[in-house]
Amino acid sequence: MDAEAKPRVKGRNSSVPDLVELYRRMALIREAETQCGAMFAAGEIPGFIHLSDGQEGVSVGVMASLRRDDTIASSHRGHGHALAKGLSLEGFFAELMGKASGACKGRGGSMHVADLAVGMLGANGIVGGGLSIALGSGLAQKLRGGDSLAVCFFGDGACAEGLLHECLNIAKLKHIPVLFVCENNGWSEFSPTSTQVSFTLERLAAAYAVTYRSCDGSDVEVVAHLTAEVVAKCRQDGGPAVLEFATTRIRGHYEGDSQRYRNDLAPPVDPLTVARDRLLAQGTGEGTVSAIEGDVREQVHKAVEFARSSALPTLESAALDVYRAIAR
Amino acid sequence: MSRDRFAHALNDALDDAMARDPSVVLLGEDIANAGGSFAVTRGLHDKYGSRRVMDMPIAENAIAGMAVGLALGGFKPVIEIMFMDFMTLTMDALVNQAAKLHFMFGGQGAVPLVVRTQHGGGLNAGPQHSQCLEAWFAHVPGLKVVVPAMHDDAYALLQSAIDDPNPVIFVENKALYPMRGTRSKVVAPVPLGKARIARAGSDVTIVTYGAMVHRALEAAETLQAEGINAEVIDLRTVQPWDEAAVLESLSRTHRLVVAHEAVEAFGVGAEIAARMAQVGFDELDGPIVRVGGAFMPVPFARTLEVEYMPGAAQIVAAVRATEG
Repeated sequence: MDAEAKPRVKGRNSSVPDLVELYRRMALIREAETQCGAMFAAGEIPGFIHLSDGQEGVSVGVMASLRRDDTIASSHRGHGHALAKGLSLEGFFAELMGKASGACKGRGGSMHVADLAVGMLGANGIVGGGLSIALGSGLAQKLRGGDSLAVCFFGDGACAEGLLHECLNIAKLKHIPVLFVCENNGWSEFSPTSTQVSFTLERLAAAYAVTYRSCDGSDVEVVAHLTAEVVAKCRQDGGPAVLEFATTRIRGHYEGDSQRYRNDLAPPVDPLTVARDRLLAQGTGEGTVSAIEGDVREQVHKAVEFARSSALPTLESAALDVYRAIAR
Repeated sequence: MSRDRFAHALNDALDDAMARDPSVVLLGEDIANAGGSFAVTRGLHDKYGSRRVMDMPIAENAIAGMAVGLALGGFKPVIEIMFMDFMTLTMDALVNQAAKLHFMFGGQGAVPLVVRTQHGGGLNAGPQHSQCLEAWFAHVPGLKVVVPAMHDDAYALLQSAIDDPNPVIFVENKALYPMRGTRSKVVAPVPLGKARIARAGSDVTIVTYGAMVHRALEAAETLQAEGINAEVIDLRTVQPWDEAAVLESLSRTHRLVVAHEAVEAFGVGAEIAARMAQVGFDELDGPIVRVGGAFMPVPFARTLEVEYMPGAAQIVAAVRATEG
């Protein structure tokens, strides 16, 4: 830290890392997403990718309260969740490039990045598809005992999926330690969510008598403190909760989306800008912030070079994993 | 009390699996206090409690997805979907999630879940409570599909399904549940993917599975009276199916009939016939003939359903048709 940096005032929850660290984690995701966009445009990353620019505050703020033994199920916009939960940058870029060294050996790509060893149960190509997986994972943790929990990230578009209703009902009935985390960016793919969903998540949660909390998702500190509070309660009493964060989808639904339908009323609020401005205002020097940005650029650069130099996978090796072999 | 019904064999398989492996948990609609719609889980809730035998709301999609999460979390969930027709509501969890996770996560983890469900007509249950949809699941890489016909096999195959590290669709037949049969005191394990010769014969091979095995055995008796000695192969597992066993039988009989209750068009029989037409072409002395349901929803009325259901008579006719 710079000599000029002043000690920051402790937040409400001492378990939450300081803003410098939260900013570092967000900057890493932003740099990775920026690289993804460029590599996609250059044809180095095939398929479809959905960047999470603008939603880093949720990924980092929520994950700040999770442990390695907590599990998450993610959405199609899952890069930030995966990296924040601990999936390696090298495995991430290699996966998106379809390399054998990828987190999923090049079989899943952007929409299926997963690392079970860090409790990342996968991004998901099906809107809302991770909800019931997280619910089952939460049930597994409850049956095993202990105070770990499961988290499902989903977008506001998934509120129209029936599975959310089934899962809220069961989570409440069976008292399962699962957090339903909605990243509300106002867009259901290419349509405003206001034209797709007739209710608010707050009222939906109330209907199932599930605890509901919400806040501005572009302020990583606010997200982190609210999540810390809700997670602590969930660990203690074991039941479910709904968290909703207002966010901005800075990029299109997918890379290449012309966004001709886009008619946002408010300008985008960038969680990186919010955090950076606050750091500077609180006295963290420009040098410290720039050093963080330089560090993450270097990390991402190394990971990209690793991915570029990695070998392509073979169909023969893919065929070996259609079924898991029976242990002898 | 004798426990010689088909449902008893399944109940004992669940009981014994739960007794030896604490990671086996059951989830389903009305399976705990009510003991299951067809009493297959009767008594298990009393014995193992609410943490291992869990009644769930009528939410098949969520139940199937939860099984995926439980399986990733180190458990071996066995879920009951009351009628195979209701499997339509589980498709995302089973087809997009369970079947693919091990593969698309690059060989990470395992999804050792079992979906117990039941198919078949004969009870006038109508178009939405009678369908045989096993071919849908056999078509999906990553899923296994088991359809037992005999009591001991039901017991052994369910245990193998529970121990398998992959998602297994375990299809029972509602007409078999009350059937009495011989049960061994000690049942030898039966690996998934191995067929059995239900009746040895030399003139024609009838490949089938599930309740249709019993119709095929009836047909074989009828044919015997006409001097045709039919071999009946009980596949037991539809995915992966025992191609070697079928080819071996065909190489002795040189005629082949594939029979199932499911709709004939685009069915399991089509796959077996196509493979045998390729790898067994030189063995064939006549056309491969399929027996299956007509291309219509299963009708309700007693008279209609009786006429609809393929049975021994259709198998006998199919065997004659292999004469070309």
